[in-house]
Amino acid sequence: MALFRRETQRRVNTLPLVAPSVGVLLIWMIIPLVMTIWFSLQNYNLIVPTIRGFAGLDNYAYLLDDPALWTAMINTLVLVGSVLAITVVFGTLFAVLLNQDFWGVGAARLFIIAPFFVMPTVSALIWKNMLMHPVNGLFAWITRSLGLPPVDWFADVPMLSVIIIVAWQWIPFATLILLTALQSLDEEQKEAARMDGAGPLSMFYFIILPHLGRSITVVIMIETIFLLTIFAEIFVTTSGGPGLATTNLAFFIYIRALLEFDVGGASAGGVIAIILANIVAIFLVRSVARNLDA
Amino acid sequence: MIKSVKSAAVLSSTMALAVALGAAVPAMAQTTVTIATVNNGDMVVMQGLSSAFEAANPDIELEWVVLEENVLRQRATTDIATGGGQFDVMTIGTYEVPIWAAEGWLTAMDNLPDDYRLDDVLEPVRAGLSYDDTLYALPFYAESSMLFYRSDVFADAGIEVPDQPTYDQVAEWAAAIHDPDNEFYAICLRGKPGWGENMAFLSTLVNTFGGQWFDMDWNPQLDSPEWAAAVNFYVDLLNNYGPPGASSNGFNENLALFSTGRCGMWIDATVAAGMLFNPDQSQVSDQLGFARAPIDVHPVGSNWLWSWALAIPASSDAADAATRFVTWATSQDYIELVAENNGWVAAPPGTRISTYENPNYQEAAPFAGSVLAAIQSADPINTTANPKPYSGVQYAGIPEFQAIGATVGQMMAAALTGQMSVEQALASAQSSTERVMRQAGYID
Amino acid sequence: MPTSQRHKLMMSLLGWVVAFLVFFPILWMFLTSFKTELDAVSGTPNIFFEPTLENYAAVQERADYFRFAMNSIIISFGSTILALVFAIPAAYAMAFFPSKRTRGTLLWMLSTKMLPPVGVLVPVYLIFRDLQLLDSHLGLVIVFALMNLPIIVWMLFTFFKEVPKDILEAGRMDGASPRQELRFILIPLSVPGIASTGLLSVILAWNEAFWSLNLTTVAAAPLTAFIASFSSPEGLFWAKLSAASTMAIAPILIFGWLSQKQLVRGLTFGAVK
Repeated sequence: MALFRRETQRRVNTLPLVAPSVGVLLIWMIIPLVMTIWFSLQNYNLIVPTIRGFAGLDNYAYLLDDPALWTAMINTLVLVGSVLAITVVFGTLFAVLLNQDFWGVGAARLFIIAPFFVMPTVSALIWKNMLMHPVNGLFAWITRSLGLPPVDWFADVPMLSVIIIVAWQWIPFATLILLTALQSLDEEQKEAARMDGAGPLSMFYFIILPHLGRSITVVIMIETIFLLTIFAEIFVTTSGGPGLATTNLAFFIYIRALLEFDVGGASAGGVIAIILANIVAIFLVRSVARNLDA
Repeated sequence: MIKSVKSAAVLSSTMALAVALGAAVPAMAQTTVTIATVNNGDMVVMQGLSSAFEAANPDIELEWVVLEENVLRQRATTDIATGGGQFDVMTIGTYEVPIWAAEGWLTAMDNLPDDYRLDDVLEPVRAGLSYDDTLYALPFYAESSMLFYRSDVFADAGIEVPDQPTYDQVAEWAAAIHDPDNEFYAICLRGKPGWGENMAFLSTLVNTFGGQWFDMDWNPQLDSPEWAAAVNFYVDLLNNYGPPGASSNGFNENLALFSTGRCGMWIDATVAAGMLFNPDQSQVSDQLGFARAPIDVHPVGSNWLWSWALAIPASSDAADAATRFVTWATSQDYIELVAENNGWVAAPPGTRISTYENPNYQEAAPFAGSVLAAIQSADPINTTANPKPYSGVQYAGIPEFQAIGATVGQMMAAALTGQMSVEQALASAQSSTERVMRQAGYID
Repeated sequence: MPTSQRHKLMMSLLGWVVAFLVFFPILWMFLTSFKTELDAVSGTPNIFFEPTLENYAAVQERADYFRFAMNSIIISFGSTILALVFAIPAAYAMAFFPSKRTRGTLLWMLSTKMLPPVGVLVPVYLIFRDLQLLDSHLGLVIVFALMNLPIIVWMLFTFFKEVPKDILEAGRMDGASPRQELRFILIPLSVPGIASTGLLSVILAWNEAFWSLNLTTVAAAPLTAFIASFSSPEGLFWAKLSAASTMAIAPILIFGWLSQKQLVRGLTFGAVK
C-alpha cells in the first residue's frame, strides 16, 4: 500500500504514454458515435434518397414501438447467458481433463483448441450443411440408424442450434485460459489436501474451483464482449428465424441497415445497442470486474 | 568486403529483373474493370471464359468480386448508394434495375452497337430491365419457374401430368407418391426465409390463388382470405408431403435433394432444368419430367420472372471499357462460346430468341420450349386477379420490399415450422408490413 | 495392472474421446473436401471413398487463393503490430501509474467493442470513401487495429501488473526515464504476455468477416471474402465449400497449433500469483 501511494505521489507524467491509444480509440469511438447519433436523428434511407431531413426522435419512436426489438433483446441475453454457462462448465471440465497426465495429452490438446481458430462463417456452414442438415447431415444419419426420426435442428430448436455452434467455437477459449490457471495451481497445496483425505470431488470443489475464480471472470468478460455482437452464425444458419426465434440485437440492426438500408433506423438501433452494452458493462463491473482489481 | 560485393550483386540482379519485368508489361495503358457478381454456376462459367475477352481487348484488365447473393446485394447497394465507385460492372436483378435507374445510379444502355441485336433479346426480359422505356442493364440469363417431377415415379403410379397442372392435382399426386420411410418426399418447395427465397414462391402461389401484396392504395393485403388460403395450402402440403427441414431449404438445398432422388416434385426456377439434366450433377437426369408451374383460380402470375443482368454504375470511372465487357458477356457470340466449351445444355438460358431457335440447343435441352413459354408468359404488370400498383410477379418493385419480404418470409417460416399458426403469422406479417408502409409514407 | 496405470488408461481414453468429438466437425469437413460432390451429399456417410483433388483444383481455378491468403496475412499481422505499438505504452502507464480514472478508462474501452459493427457501417463507409481507404490494406489494418485495441490494452495491462514493481523501481533509481524503463526492462520481461496477446489479435483479425467483406473489393480482399464466394452458390457445392473452407482455415490453424504453447503461457491473465 505504501508503495502504491508513493507512486501516485510521484506524479509521473503518463499523458504522453496513454494519450496515443486513448486518443486513437477516442477518435474511433467518437466519430462514428457522433455520426451514428446524428444519423439516428435523420430521415436517411440509402435507397430512398429523396426523403432526407431532420427526423427528431421518430427513428427511436419507430424502433421502440417495434415488438421485434424486445424479442431481439431477450434473445441476445439468452444467447449470451447460455453460451457463457456452457463454455465455462465444459471449459472447466476439459481443462481439468487436459491437466491430467495421459498418453498423447499434447496432441489431444491441439485437437480440443482447434475450433477456436475456425472462422465463424466456416463453422456455421459446416454445422448447418454437414452435421445438422435433417436429410443429408450426419446427425440425421445417426438418428435414422437408431431408428428415430431426424431432428430438424434449425426449425425445431433454432436457438439451441445456434447456441451449440457458438459454444463449440468458444469452449476452446475457456479451456485454454482455465488450463493455464490450473497449471499454476500449487502442487504442494494439492498434495496437502490429498494428505487430509480429500477425494477428487471435494478437491475439485474446495481447491480447484476457487483457484479458477479469477480466470472464469476473465473468460466471462471477454466472451461477453464477443457474444453480444454474434452475427455470422445467425446470418448463415437461420437468418434470425424462424419467425424471430434467433433474431438478436445485432441481427435486428442488420435488418434495418442492410435490408431496409434505413441508415436512420439502423443508427438509432446502434445507439440503443450502445446503451444496452453499457448497462451490461456496468453490470459486469458490479458483479465480476472487482475481481480484476483494476 | 565479400559481403558487400555479394549484396551489390544481388541488388544489381534484382534491378535487372525489375527492368526486364518492366519491359514485359505492354506500354499501353490498361483500364481495370472491376466486376461484382453472384456465385451462380453461369457466372462462374463467365469468369472462366473471360480470358477470351481479355485476349481480344488487351487494353482491358478484368477483376472479379464473386459473392454470395445476399452479400453481393448489400455490398453493391452500399457502394452505389454512397457513390463509393468500387465497381464498374454490377450483377443485379429485375428488382433492383428500375429502382436504381430511377435514382440515377445506373448508366443507360443506349447507343449499343448494331451487332448486339437488341431485338433478339426476349421482350419480357427487356421490359423487366427498363425504366421509363430506357434499358439500364443487359440480361445475362433469365428464368421463370416451372414444375419438375420424377417421370419414373409418376409412371409407376400411373399419373399423367398435363401440360398445365393445377395445385389441386399437385396435392393429389403428392398424397399418392409420398414415401417418407424410404426418404422419398413427394414435394420440395422453398421454405428458407428471404424475399428471394420462400417469398418468391409464395408470391406466385398467392397470385394464382387470387391475392396480391398491396391494393391500389398501397394497403397491405396479407390479412386477405386469398393469402390465408394460399399459405394454408403451402404449409399443409409441405408438412404432409415435404422433406424434414423444409423451412431451411432454398433453391440450392432443394436442388441437392431433387438431384439425389429425394423429391417427387419441385416447383422452382427454370435454370434448374439445365442442372438436373446434366448427369455430372444429377442422379436423376434420365428420369426428369417437367410442366408449367401449377395454377389455381387465377391462371396468371403463377410463374415468376427474374433475370440476372449486368449494369454499369453511374459512379464507374471506366464506363466505356465496362460497356465493351457487358455487351460481350451478354452477346450471342458469348452464348456460342459457352456452347463450344461446355456444351449447349450449359448455355445461359432465357435471354435470346436466337438461342431457342438454334437446333443444337433444342436438341441438347429438351426443356427449352417449356422454359421459353414460361418466360414469355410471365408478365410483371398484369399479374394478379385485381389491379395492383406495383410491378413484379414474385415481388413488389418498391425499395421497401426487401425488408418487408425478409420479415414476412420469417413469419411464413415460423408458420411452416409450427412456431406460429398460419393466422398468427399472417396477422403479424400484416401489422409489420403496415408499419413499414406507414413509415415510408405510402399509407397513413 | 497397477491402479495408476489403469487410471492413466482411463484418462487417455476419455481424453481422446473428447478430443475426437470436439475436433470432429473440422475432420469431417476435411474428409468431405476430398469427395466428389455427389458423394458429399449422400445421406449415408462413407468413410471409405476414393479421394479426389478435383475440388481443390476447381476452387483454385475460380479464385486466386494465394492472393487472398497474402492479404489475410498482411492485414492480420499489420493490424496486430499497429495495435501493439499503441497499446503497450497505454497499458504500461495504466499498470504502473494508475489513477482514479484508470479502471473507468479500461472498461470504457472494452464497452466500445459491444457495439454491433453493422450499426456504423454506413458512416464508416462514407469516411473511408472520402479518405480513399476503400479496398486498401491500410484501411483494414487501421480498422482491425482499432477493433482489437481494447482487448489488447486490457490483456497487456493484466500482464504488466504481474511484473514485480521492485525491478522497475531499481531501474528508476538508476535514473531510467519511463520510456527507457518500458523499453529496456518491462518489454523484455513480458515477452510471453505480449506474444500471446499478439497471437490472439492475429486470430481475431484473421477471422473477422464483417469489415473485411464490406470494405474491400479486390486488392485487399482477405480469405473471409474468398469463403463468401463459395458459401451458397447454385448447384451442388458441399465438397467445394469444404475444400475452400479447409484452405481458408489451414494457415491460421497450423499457425495456432505451432504457437499454442506460447498462447497458453501468455493467457494467464494474472492468475499466477
